[in-house]
Amino acid sequence: MSIPVLAMTASDFSSAQEVRWCPGCGDYSILSQLKQALASFGVRRENIVFVSGVGCASRLPHYINTFGFQGSYGRAPALATGVKLANPNLQVWVVMGDGDACSAGLTHLTHALRRNVDLKILLINNEVFGLSRGQQSPTSRVGTCSKTSPDGSVETPLRPVSIALAAEATFVARTVDVDVNHMSEIFEKAAMHRGSGFVEIYQNCKIFNDGVFEYATDAVIKTDSIIHLEHGRPILFGKDRNHALRLNGFEPEVVTLGQGITMDDILIHDERAAEPTLAFLLSRLVGPQFPECLGVFRNVRKPTHQQLLDAAFQQGDPPRAFESLLAGDESWTLA
Amino acid sequence: MPGTTLTIARSTIPHGTPVERAAAVVRFAGDANDGVLLVGTQFTYACAMVGNAVMTVPDPAAEIRAPAGALAGVTAFQCHFAGHAIHTPGDRLDLLVALNPSALRTYIGDLSPAGLLLVDSDRFVPDEWAKAGYVADPLQDAALQAFRVLAVPIRQLNREAVARVNLIPTEIERCKSFFVLGLSYWLFDRPPEPTFRWIRETYNKNPGLVEAHTRAFKAGWHHAETLGPGLQSRVGQRCLKSGKHRMINGATALALGFLAAARQSGLPMVYAGFPVAPASELLHLFTEWKQENIQVIQPEDDLAAANIALGAAFGGSLGVTATTSTGIALQADTLALAAISELPMVAVHVQRAGPSLGMPTRTEQADLLQAFYGRNGECPVVVLAQSSPSDGFRIAIEAVRLAVTRMTPVVVLTDTYLMSASEAWHVPSSSELPMVLAKQTKADPEHPLLPYSRDEHLARPWAIPGRAGLEHRTGGMEKEANTGAVSYDPANHEAMVALRARKIAKIAEKLPPLVVHGPKSGDVLIVAWGSVCGATHDAAERCRAAGLNVANIGLTHLSPLPADLVGVLRKYRRVLVPELNAGQLSKILRAEYLLDVVSLNKVQGQPFLVSEIEAKVRQLLGPC
Repeated sequence: MSIPVLAMTASDFSSAQEVRWCPGCGDYSILSQLKQALASFGVRRENIVFVSGVGCASRLPHYINTFGFQGSYGRAPALATGVKLANPNLQVWVVMGDGDACSAGLTHLTHALRRNVDLKILLINNEVFGLSRGQQSPTSRVGTCSKTSPDGSVETPLRPVSIALAAEATFVARTVDVDVNHMSEIFEKAAMHRGSGFVEIYQNCKIFNDGVFEYATDAVIKTDSIIHLEHGRPILFGKDRNHALRLNGFEPEVVTLGQGITMDDILIHDERAAEPTLAFLLSRLVGPQFPECLGVFRNVRKPTHQQLLDAAFQQGDPPRAFESLLAGDESWTLA
Repeated sequence: MPGTTLTIARSTIPHGTPVERAAAVVRFAGDANDGVLLVGTQFTYACAMVGNAVMTVPDPAAEIRAPAGALAGVTAFQCHFAGHAIHTPGDRLDLLVALNPSALRTYIGDLSPAGLLLVDSDRFVPDEWAKAGYVADPLQDAALQAFRVLAVPIRQLNREAVARVNLIPTEIERCKSFFVLGLSYWLFDRPPEPTFRWIRETYNKNPGLVEAHTRAFKAGWHHAETLGPGLQSRVGQRCLKSGKHRMINGATALALGFLAAARQSGLPMVYAGFPVAPASELLHLFTEWKQENIQVIQPEDDLAAANIALGAAFGGSLGVTATTSTGIALQADTLALAAISELPMVAVHVQRAGPSLGMPTRTEQADLLQAFYGRNGECPVVVLAQSSPSDGFRIAIEAVRLAVTRMTPVVVLTDTYLMSASEAWHVPSSSELPMVLAKQTKADPEHPLLPYSRDEHLARPWAIPGRAGLEHRTGGMEKEANTGAVSYDPANHEAMVALRARKIAKIAEKLPPLVVHGPKSGDVLIVAWGSVCGATHDAAERCRAAGLNVANIGLTHLSPLPADLVGVLRKYRRVLVPELNAGQLSKILRAEYLLDVVSLNKVQGQPFLVSEIEAKVRQLLGPC
């Protein structure tokens, strides 16, 4: 049987709704790459659902001509779980901002991940509340000046990739809004994954937190401040790819190849490792002390929520007939 | 079974013929391990199988594992049985079985002056009185002189009865409940044969236990015969009609109703329920029943539960959730989202005594205003109320019918009391159930989908994912009429607010006429909703039997209120609204109809007694 391949283009995925983000917003690039990626998958539009919550990022479903549902603050993973339970054949994407996902939605996010619901979750992280006009978010780094932290935020930020790994996510990746090729590659991998796919996207908010990811986007700086994770390869970075990561006990350290340090000393990235311990360690690397990782942290196969439910259904007694449930176990008949 | 016969020898001791009575109320009370639930259930079946109307309610212990004999560990089961239709588990007790002093202390106030008190005298020893807070033997107290007290050394007599069977001590103690059962059956002349059969079927792998339980039962029965004359009574009149019956509580009736609605609509169902008593009963039932067309999930909180149900509705399933207490407030957020996105979900809200955690095991009706108004924005939704345990079946089907034909969230209000109260229910044949027509839109290349266009009910199309050509976006933002595009247009917003309200209001046009019990106009109309309907009906019947000009109605559709309600209200001099809250339906009726109604409020975590409502009616009517 041949599988029909649909010839679709990104414009097939454009909705009639006028796109409204601020000029220069990173969301434009994400939307554009997402539509490109969707066109390449060959999944029919009617079988795709985008679910979101509240915030700039959560407007995204309105701009894509698939099924879309914008829910209330932070609840998108729960809504999407419901969609998926209703129809397991749908490809369901969840789009959340950092305020949405890591404030109100953290509970729902972590539970969707631990259940391994077959969802593609995009966490668009600009480390600030945008639509509510510039307050600190749970991912704002310490010292971020915002409307609610004029002297610099004092709270320790959450790291979304660390949270996803701790929540037993089976696919965890990070990409950045301006690197369109990398973003496409990650979207495709997330879409192919069976189970919860979690992608953090570093996104620049031009108005309220401009340049916060410059170290990951500036062509010159990023070579030394970004690691591109590659499965099965040693973790190298830098213009000359001579900087590397190695483990000193349980501590990561940056080393330079040569002077007694050989490739044998270098940490090899294994996205398929059964335990996410090393992936977690990589998720903890933050600048300026360390380079930050982009790419796939974890990619393991585990049964999806629906597969587990279906398997459980087959266990034990067969379902009882409706009539038998109506009558219950202790009925009696009066003449 | 050697040594065990399934009949009982009728006594030759003269104890008079049983007194015939119309109805009786019995309560069995003791420690959780005294088996009061088992005794009560068996007793109920014995009544129901002879065709009496029955209604029961358990009173679970306040603590799950209270120390033996403690007040906090007292568990009870009440059974009201009658030769006529009944709608409550009864006001005053005709028999109180108190298996320890704490049970006596907890419930003696409910015993009718002419009632019988049966106690296990073996448990009335100083250590046990002390646990109940007594300083002297309560059986010697003058206060008990008013009652006929049967002090039976149950523990001792039970041990003697089963002495010949080889049992371990815990098994011997467990037989005690069947001694109590035998005593109680004799007192009300119930046929023991079904219980003998039950014993034989339940313990079929252990002949020793069959023998022991049967012996204990017979010993109780025969001991009762020796207690003296004038004790035995019977409710002989049959009330239940022919056919297949079962006992059903409110939770089971609701769950079966949803199952029936899914079947009759052909829709798959997603049930999402966070474990919170007593709403968790539904979660337990759907899990246990495990049906092909039902996906059950235990989410992380009540918000997730509601959102999963709503997401499922968007996905084309019947989305159902249930919660109670503070979860009701949490789910308000999702109901508003369901209302503006216009998707069919059902939320069962089990009212219990609040605010906040309040008294978690107690009943109340104080979430009506929240169901009516408790969301942000102008946000009417459909609100229905279950009015008796078995009524849950009909209400769940009605909730689904309105949700899927009107594309709206529906709140089903019920309460702690209704969830656990049981009554005999005539089991419907699956072929006689109403069809539920759920119209999911099909793509039509000639007419592109307008996701916010309207049908004759003002409902929008249910356009589900997976169907080509129906792609659309929805959610919590205001919609442009017809297209459903996000809109900030002032006039559109006002029009959409009005349209959503009209969609709900329009339901009232098609509701069946209100059923008025009693005179169609006159002195007093009692308007009840939810679990108060039962006590109200019985109170009104008593008033009518006494020649008073009193009518009553029970409301199951609360939002919208039935179109003919105002006309009915205006036909009576006084309108009385009894509620287990501080006057919530009263407030709505006054606001809707500019009509003064009299409130009768009770906020004690307990249902109304029939006598309380009757007394209020008599007070309204003034001295005759």
